[in-house]
Amino acid sequence: MSTINADRPADALRAGDRQADQERAESKPLGGIAGWLDDRTGAAKGMSFVLKKVFPDHWSFMLGEIAMYSMIICLLTGAFLTFWFVPSASPVVYDGSYIPLQGVTVSDAYRSTLDISFDIRGGLLIRQIHHWAALVFCVAILVHMGRVFFTGAFRKPREINWVIGSILSMLAIVEGFAGYSLPDDLLSGTGLRAAEGFMRSIPIIGSYVSYFVFGGAFPGEAIIPRLYAVHVLLLPAILVGLFTAHILLVFLHKHTQYPGPGKTNNNVVGFPMMPVYIAKAGGFFFIVFGVIALISALVTINPIWGYGPYDPSPVTAGSQPDWYMGFADGALRLLPGFLEFTAFGYTFSFNVMIGAILLIPIMYTLIGVYPFFEAWVTGDKREHHLLDRPRNNPTRTGIGVAAMTFYIVLFFASGNDLMAIKLHLSINDLTRLFQLLIFVGPPLAFWITKRICLSLQRADRQKVLHGRETGVIWRYPDGRFEEIHAPLTPQERWVLVQHESPEPLVITAETDANGVESPIARKERLRAKLSHFYFKDRVAPPTPSELEAAHHHGDHGVETHEPEAIEAGGAPARETIKADRQN
Amino acid sequence: MNALAARRRHPAAIALLILVGLLVTGGAYAFLAPKEANASAVSADTVAEGKNLFLANCASCHGTNAQGTASGPSLVGVGAAAVDFQVGTGRMPLAGPNIQAQRQDVDKIKFDDQQISSMAAYVASLGAGPSVPDSQYTTVIQPGDQKEAGQDLTNNQRIARGGEIFRVNCAMCHNFAGAGGALTRGKYAPSLTGVTPKHMYEAMVSGPQSMPVFNDQNISPESKQEVISYLKAVDNQTNVGGLTLGNLGPVSEGMFVWLFGLTLLIGCAVWLGKKAA
Ligand code: HEC
Ligand code: HEC
Ligand code: HEM
Repeated sequence: MSTINADRPADALRAGDRQADQERAESKPLGGIAGWLDDRTGAAKGMSFVLKKVFPDHWSFMLGEIAMYSMIICLLTGAFLTFWFVPSASPVVYDGSYIPLQGVTVSDAYRSTLDISFDIRGGLLIRQIHHWAALVFCVAILVHMGRVFFTGAFRKPREINWVIGSILSMLAIVEGFAGYSLPDDLLSGTGLRAAEGFMRSIPIIGSYVSYFVFGGAFPGEAIIPRLYAVHVLLLPAILVGLFTAHILLVFLHKHTQYPGPGKTNNNVVGFPMMPVYIAKAGGFFFIVFGVIALISALVTINPIWGYGPYDPSPVTAGSQPDWYMGFADGALRLLPGFLEFTAFGYTFSFNVMIGAILLIPIMYTLIGVYPFFEAWVTGDKREHHLLDRPRNNPTRTGIGVAAMTFYIVLFFASGNDLMAIKLHLSINDLTRLFQLLIFVGPPLAFWITKRICLSLQRADRQKVLHGRETGVIWRYPDGRFEEIHAPLTPQERWVLVQHESPEPLVITAETDANGVESPIARKERLRAKLSHFYFKDRVAPPTPSELEAAHHHGDHGVETHEPEAIEAGGAPARETIKADRQN
Repeated sequence: MNALAARRRHPAAIALLILVGLLVTGGAYAFLAPKEANASAVSADTVAEGKNLFLANCASCHGTNAQGTASGPSLVGVGAAAVDFQVGTGRMPLAGPNIQAQRQDVDKIKFDDQQISSMAAYVASLGAGPSVPDSQYTTVIQPGDQKEAGQDLTNNQRIARGGEIFRVNCAMCHNFAGAGGALTRGKYAPSLTGVTPKHMYEAMVSGPQSMPVFNDQNISPESKQEVISYLKAVDNQTNVGGLTLGNLGPVSEGMFVWLFGLTLLIGCAVWLGKKAA
């Protein structure tokens, strides 16, 4: 019971107010804790927006989730590591339980990492989970990025999210590198030494940059505490911030979906966030955690005790960065030495700088601008919520595979020494081979991929027109043989015919009214050329009339009354496309 | 005594003194000098047997007097250690032209210990060189907190010092865990697991092929013993972190996470995706 007197003299005047109050109270369906919280935060509206969101289901949509979960796992285990890790380069004598290092003078960072590994309960497992999760994080990001690229999910309105994703992906590798450098073992020190060399390769200001970053000459005592702040504070904060924006944008845009019956550009077919999707996603978190924990329990990662403490004089065979930095290392191994020269009294080490300083920003800029580039070339200003099947955009798919090839060649080049020893080959020959492949591989991959896509499209077309091959051979009374083709269901057919097949742009007016070539025309010409490049080879999906003709053709051995029924189901499909195209 | 004193000025005394002096220094030298000088002490029979074996198996490449030919280097002065290492690990006799002679499995080694040591004796007789090491330096130091006689470091600390020496001198070719590494043009530094302490020692003193020689001035015999003990300790240690993936560093971890980790996770994702349908 309320302590406020309900019957006050002026109540009559305020009847309307109270009614509004009443309504508000009644409309609130929430009770218990949820209601309590909503009364204080007003979160219910936002929450119900989120919880009613529908998510389409497909395994490839879970790649991003793998990235998200492994990042969360890194955050959790990283917090554990901070309790014991000492970010300091000051020397101490190791006297922990790892025998082959007893009595050796090492840095405090290294000692504390050894202690985490050998003397703190569960420490090694957590360290290994942290590091394996970091590797999984970077793998998942790349594969997720590939999914988004090849399905065209970056198209309007999702370009910004693509850019955010690219930045996340770049920061993830920087974050990983910072972490890898913390334990101050032989490999991380070698990595830092390499990083110092990279900075010095920047013309003219290089040595200043290096002195600034390391707080003096290499290695110094400043770098580990600095990297620590970057690794546990700065980059995680940026990562979490960008990641939140990334996810919010996904909610805002709604998830894309693969083409299928009933799935249009204006709906999302799937399960609501609550309860189905949240249960699945929550379950998937535990699966990812479980898989990473299993790997970490069974397989060593970064055995820093074996590497030994960092000391600038030794270096070990097999000094490689973690895999996500491998491509940059590979670029260094492939760049020829003649790119280093002296001019104006300065040494220009482009053999180092191109791979170490320029490669990553250039690569990520290209990745980041791709959606805008493609939109410009196609002139497509519509929103896209239905994904492309990769084969239906052969040029984009080809470009993607070419880029992957470039990346993979660099990646393998960074393991050239191990490949040489394991395959009994000469490291010099392997390096030459990779130097060749880096130029030849991508165009070749582009060409092959595009051809494959086109023939897949052609196969799809055949399938739509003549049905699926059944492997059953009929023999007619006149001795003729024929394979039976089974008709597709309307659902199956819809997937194969729903896509658009743009034609290359054609320039209409080359010159302006006065017959003068305008600069705009020049730009347009470039655009037309690119559009030609994208769309000149095209396999259009069968039109309804082609379909009709094929079915009345009657050579596919299937009874004729059935196609009629299919036609009825199939026709609306094409209709919808046309409708889509209009809006 | 008096008699001796009386003859002190005898002219022969000086000659006698010189003789004694020579004997003492010679004997002391023979006793104290590095072992190489002892190599000639083996019996002439052994050397002869070694020479016969050499003529039958090695002379085609190394020449009848081990002076070297176009297909094999001179062995004068390489010492017994080099022969013991090369033949004992199965590298020699070389099977055929190859970028680098390779270690063979024990059952493929063509000679028994006695034959090897006679060939070693023969080669050592051609010119002084490092000899087969004393077993004192090839016994592996056992981990523990105790100190061995004449040592001021505990066994654990000596093993740790071996690790430091290894990282400074050897890891750049042989990898941090002795897993091996690539050199130029198809040459490589082999994995050091399973190599006997004696062969490890001999590899250091003889410097096979692309490997530098680590003589007693570079790394003292005791330090060599520490390096060997470190490598054995690494071999014997339980892998606390789990499977080592060949101790090849981040590359094998990367391969693993792509091939195994990703496959497993995508498998789970596909399974979950299926559950819905
Ligand atoms: C097919 C030719 C061939 C035969 C047979 C052969 N060797 Fe060799 N040997 C070589 C070559 C070539 C090298 C140099 C290896 C290198 O540096 O890559 C070598 C190197 C050596 C070395 C090392 C020399 C050094 O500088 O350390 C020793 C010791 C040796 N051989 C001993 C033997 C003995 C003992 C035999 C017989 C049991 C033998 N070799 C048979 C070709 C041969
Ligand atoms: C310049 C590179 C290099 C360095 C440094 C080096 N090695 Fe080697 N090592 C080699 C090569 C190459 C071989 C193979 C020689 C052969 O096959 O005949 C080898 C062979 C060996 C072997 C014989 C292995 C076998 O398969 O039988 C041992 C043992 C060895 N090294 C130990 C060491 C130790 C201990 C050190 C440090 C004190 C060291 N190495 C330093 C290059 C190197
Ligand atoms: C989000 C992505 C993250 C990635 C990719 C990442 C990656 C790494 C890597 C590769 C290492 C080297 C580990 C080793 O093998 O020893 C490392 C170490 C470390 N990380 Fe992270 N990390 C992340 C987040 C975090 C966070 C959020 C924290 C702290 C709150 C943290 C704390 C630490 C600490 C203290 C170490 C050094 C201790 C050690 O090496 O054992 N990390 N990290």
